Amino acid sequence: MAFCMRISRNFIHTLKSKVGFFRRDLTPWLTSPCVQIFENPDPILQTNVTRFTSRRFESIKAEEQCSSADHAQVLDFPGGKVAFTPQMEFLSESPEVRSPCYRVLDEYGLSIEHSSFAEVSKEVAIKMYSDMVTLQTMDTIFYEAQRQGRMSFYVTTIGEEAINIASAAALSISDIVVPQYREPGVLLWRGFSLQEFANQCFGNKGDNGKGRQMPAHYGSNKHNYFTIASTIATQLPHAVGAAYSLKMDKKDACVATYFGDGGSSEGDFHAALNFAAVLEAPVIFICRNNGWAISTPLSDQFRSDGIVVRGKAYGVRSIRVDGNDALAMYSAVHAARKMAISESRPILIEALTYRVGHHTTSDDSTKYRSADEIECWRVKRDPVSRFRKWIESNGWWCDETEMELRSSVRKQLLHAIQVAEQAEKPPIRDLFTDVYDVPPANLCEQEKLLKETIKRYPQEYPAHVSV
Amino acid sequence: MTVREALNSALDEEMSADPKVFLMGEEVGEYQGAYKISKGLLDKYGPERVLDTPITEAGFTGIGVGAAYYGLRPIVEFMTFNFAMQAIDHIINSAAKSNYMSAGQMNVPIVFRGPNGAAAGVGAQHSHCYAAWYGSCPGLKVLTPYSSEDARGLLKAAIRDPDPVIFLENELLYGESFPVSAEALDSSFCLPIGKAKIEREGRDVTITAFSKMVGHSLKAAEILEKEGISAEVINLRSIRPLDRATINASVQKTNRLVTVEEGFPQHGVGAEICATIVEDSFGYLDAPVERIAGADVPMPYAANLERMAVPQVEDIVRAAKRVCHRSVPLAAAA
Repeated sequence: MAFCMRISRNFIHTLKSKVGFFRRDLTPWLTSPCVQIFENPDPILQTNVTRFTSRRFESIKAEEQCSSADHAQVLDFPGGKVAFTPQMEFLSESPEVRSPCYRVLDEYGLSIEHSSFAEVSKEVAIKMYSDMVTLQTMDTIFYEAQRQGRMSFYVTTIGEEAINIASAAALSISDIVVPQYREPGVLLWRGFSLQEFANQCFGNKGDNGKGRQMPAHYGSNKHNYFTIASTIATQLPHAVGAAYSLKMDKKDACVATYFGDGGSSEGDFHAALNFAAVLEAPVIFICRNNGWAISTPLSDQFRSDGIVVRGKAYGVRSIRVDGNDALAMYSAVHAARKMAISESRPILIEALTYRVGHHTTSDDSTKYRSADEIECWRVKRDPVSRFRKWIESNGWWCDETEMELRSSVRKQLLHAIQVAEQAEKPPIRDLFTDVYDVPPANLCEQEKLLKETIKRYPQEYPAHVSV
Repeated sequence: MTVREALNSALDEEMSADPKVFLMGEEVGEYQGAYKISKGLLDKYGPERVLDTPITEAGFTGIGVGAAYYGLRPIVEFMTFNFAMQAIDHIINSAAKSNYMSAGQMNVPIVFRGPNGAAAGVGAQHSHCYAAWYGSCPGLKVLTPYSSEDARGLLKAAIRDPDPVIFLENELLYGESFPVSAEALDSSFCLPIGKAKIEREGRDVTITAFSKMVGHSLKAAEILEKEGISAEVINLRSIRPLDRATINASVQKTNRLVTVEEGFPQHGVGAEICATIVEDSFGYLDAPVERIAGADVPMPYAANLERMAVPQVEDIVRAAKRVCHRSVPLAAAA
């Protein structure tokens, strides 16, 4: 306090004018008794008493003034104005009440009273349901094909159909999708055919990925769906970069990127959310919190209240949604998209769900979780049947159409696998292309040599592969 | 023109010519660049095209790659390539391999640039040379400019290239000045990627080098000239693709080879050059190839120790003499 004794009157006046922009006036503090002692008395204080008496006289008032002034005390730190508090209080590591989960349909598929959700037309609802059924059936059949040894590997999305399809339905085709690897439903919604899915999984010459990647690593520029990479969470900063570019181009579109609860532990998650907020990028971060990262349960993954609370830490608006409620997912993504584009900001959606299937076909999840738990979620909490009940309650669906759809889809899928399995593999030249924009000299040379060798010794090379 | 000015002018011209080109990195904007390479660019192009990033190499590299996937042409600056190790997953897995993995659907016209290799007295974590690391990865192009002309021509080529390019500069060269031809000053000037330059012609021994070591090699060549050895100095310019044709043609002429690099010896650039000579010019060699490289230790800080850990002109001279079968004591003169 010593140095403020020297504050001149002029300075106080300057400060008074400057503190005008503070909501509370700091003047009481600046003209406290201590200052008065060495300066000319403030005209308001007309007493000319001794130090002690003036203090005593002031002290009652001052106490009130100080205590109200204390609450009003704010200081401009580099990060902005922050109020002080004399009470030492640590922010709790866990909230008293966890963030609530937005849900619109109850477990019987009936819409909850007083719920707010976006309108879904009959057409859209039926397409949503059909695609959910198709996704579910594709997963079942492709998984079986892998188990039979016809496919080397597969990743199912069982239990997460609502997240996939409903979020896709709420986006527009001009929105860029940057997936992790458990979102084939988004591509399905956008028009990727069952044959195309099968072709990629079998890595045949019909694969638009030219047989370069493991099964289930789809990608399609035509459908605005970035090619899947196996790396975890690397797609999050990519999404931010793409969203920033969309903003620079002033497009009426956003980016939607997906990741799991495990992916949120990666450094890229931190950088992406932080950056998206700083750059004000129009990106929707959709977290599929399905409870498991291979065998790692949530309690070993993080100790926060899920992923939704992290949004606040980065300055990102966020919401927690029942991922198995297609209508809630649709509504949340629909709203998020509007905010992301019109306000040019990132949005974080944590969709709670359960990974019913194994991590991939290389995993046997019964080794680390109970079969009962899996069965419960698979049957009792199936997002597909839950949505079915809703569309049936609207009179848009019935048992007949159900049977027709399921048998038709099943037939198409079995046919697609058959065709894909028997199709030729990609030509040998696809080994050498796309490393660079223009094939480099060494690869051209090697391709030429290989062609000559194959020509000279055709019996050493598989017959059904063209050059 | 100094190398710094050359890089700055190249950035300026390419950003002016193509609105999709933008620069991002730590301190590139307000600070004018950690080494002042991006001086004046923020003022000229604004914060939308010169982005100051938070301290997360992995983060901003990922973002740059995402922007490139979309179709922009980012230039990502690393304060040094030592820090780029934090981002190497994005460089290799998200940038280098994407065009191939996506079957041509996602090309990545991105440039990663920054100082590489030893500076002066910066210790082990600031002196690592990554030429061999990136040089081994298909999908990347790796460039190592030496002179101002190299810096201008190669950086412009890198920015215009549709593939991801690693542009390895050198901090000690930034301040060095080189004569620049009128052609090189033209805004359309561009050097081809994958072509080495014969800085000095010779008959007796080929010396290959890149970046700062080119300067050392040229000085060594002058010393050797006085002792009757005519050295041909090749400035590699491009680590990937390596100009094997030029190197082989030179060795087929001189029959002797000394490779020079600053980086660690095992699995280095010199090792690859040796292999390529053995494959294509084995019969032409009159002596085994000599490799000069940095000492096989993390870079020490003390000036005398650092001097012993980095190739000096005398080391190159001695190696050239050894390869010409003139015996010289092996112990380095401290």
